Amino acid sequence: MNDHTLKAFDDDMSTLRGLVAEMGGRVETALEDAITALIEQDFKKAEKVVREDERIDALEGEVERLAIQIIALRAPMANDLRDVIAALKIVGVVERIGDYAKNIAKRVPQIGDHRRIEPISLLPSMAQVAGEMVGDALNAFAARNASLAEAVIARDTVVDSFYNGLFRTLITYMMENPKTISECAHLLFVAKNIERIGDHATNVAEMVYYAATGQYLPERDKETSVES
Amino acid sequence: MTETSSPTKMSARDVNVFYGEKQAINNVSIDVDNDNVTAFIGPSGCGKSTFLRTLNRMNDTVASARVEGEITLDGENIYASGMDVVQLRARVGMVFQKPNPFPKSIYDNVAYGPRIHGLASSKADLDTIVESSLRRAGLWEEVKDRLKDSGTALSGGQQQRLCIGRAIAVEPEVILMDEPCSALDPIATAKIEELIHELRGRYAIVIVTHNMQQAARVSQRTAFFHLGNLVEYGVTSEIFTNPRQDRTKDYITGRYG
Repeated sequence: MNDHTLKAFDDDMSTLRGLVAEMGGRVETALEDAITALIEQDFKKAEKVVREDERIDALEGEVERLAIQIIALRAPMANDLRDVIAALKIVGVVERIGDYAKNIAKRVPQIGDHRRIEPISLLPSMAQVAGEMVGDALNAFAARNASLAEAVIARDTVVDSFYNGLFRTLITYMMENPKTISECAHLLFVAKNIERIGDHATNVAEMVYYAATGQYLPERDKETSVES
Repeated sequence: MTETSSPTKMSARDVNVFYGEKQAINNVSIDVDNDNVTAFIGPSGCGKSTFLRTLNRMNDTVASARVEGEITLDGENIYASGMDVVQLRARVGMVFQKPNPFPKSIYDNVAYGPRIHGLASSKADLDTIVESSLRRAGLWEEVKDRLKDSGTALSGGQQQRLCIGRAIAVEPEVILMDEPCSALDPIATAKIEELIHELRGRYAIVIVTHNMQQAARVSQRTAFFHLGNLVEYGVTSEIFTNPRQDRTKDYITGRYG
C-alpha cells in the first residue's frame, strides 16, 4: 500500500491500528488468565483480570477519540474510511469481550472448589478456541487479511458445539449431583460467556472482511441450538 | 444523495483529443445520464476539463485542438458537419471557474441569451424568463430590487449564480460546470452545491471539480481521469467507499504521489 502524501495521516492510521492491536492483545490475555484462575483456583489472578479490564475500557475510549479526530481532520476515503469505521466498531465489540472475561474472573471465588465437577475439564479447550478466534480476527484487521477473517468465522461452530456439549453434560451432572447445582450454574454461565466471545469474534471478523474487501459477506445460516 | 437509473443524455465513444502533437485524451467512452449529476475528478492535467469542453465543442475555439471519435446528444453526433455550434452551446450550456458576468446590468446578463436566440416575443415575456431563471439560480430574492445594477457589482458567489441563471435562461438540456466553486468561499460554495441539487433532474449536469468532497456531495456518478485516460466511472458512493481501481483509490485517499 502506498503512503499518504500527507505523512501525518499515515501516523494517525498506524496509531489507530496499534491501539486496536494492543486492546486485542489485552483481551486475549484476560480470557486466558480468567480461565487459568478458574481452573487453578487462583484468586489473585482473577482479581488482576478484573482490575486490568479498566485499561481495556480506556483503550476503547482512545480509539474512539482518534477515529473521530481522523474523520473530522483527514476526511478518510475508500479503504481508509472502511478501516476507521471498522476500528470504531471493532473496539466496541472487543470491549464487550473483555467484559465477558472479567465476568468469568469475578465468578472464580464464588465457584469455590469445583475440581470434582468433571465437565469443567472441557472449559480450557473451549476458551482456547474462542481466544484464538479473537486473536486471529484482530490479526486479520492488522494485516487486512480477508481470508484469515473468513477462517475465524468458520470456527464459530466449534465453540458452539463445545457449548452445546457442556450444557448437556452439566444438566446431567446437576441432576445426578443436586448439591453441586450452585457451582454448576456458575460454570454454565462461564461456558455461555465463552460462547458469546466466539460470536463476538465472528462479528469482528465480518467487519474486518468488509474493511479489507469493501464487500459484505453473505448472511450466514446461523445454526440455532435449543440451548442458546 | 440517492442515485437513480436514468436514460443517457450524452454519449462519448472512443474520444481522442490532441493539442497539436500532444494527445490530451485517450480513447474515452462515457455515458452522461439525464437525471443524475456527473462529476469528473482527477489531478491537474488529467484531461477532465479538456474532456468536459468536448461536450459542447468549446475546444473548437482552441486552434491547435483536434477531436476524434463520436459524441452524441440525444443520439445526434455533435461533431457532424451540419451541426449548428451556436445552437449546440445553447442546448449544452457552460459555467466557468471564474464568474464571468457581462459588464451589463443583472437583467441584461440573463436576457442576453433569450434575446439572441429569439426566445421571447415581448418585453413581458422576457421579464418572465429573467425572473424564472434568476429564481431557479437562487438569486432572485437577492437582486429583484436592483436588476438595473451591473452584474459585476455582485459578490463572487452571486456572480456565479448569475452566470448559472444566464445559462439557464436559454433553456439548455445539459449544463457543464468547470470548477464552478474554486473561486468562492465555503458559504457561496454551499449555495452553488444546493443549487446543483435543485437543478438535478431538470438538466443533465456535468461538473469538473478538484474538490473530491464536493464531487462526493453533489454527484451521483463520478468519473476519475488520470493522464488523459478515464480510469474508472461509477456510482459516486461506490467510488468513494470501494473503488475498483488502485489508481482511483490512491487518488481519493490522498496517496497519489
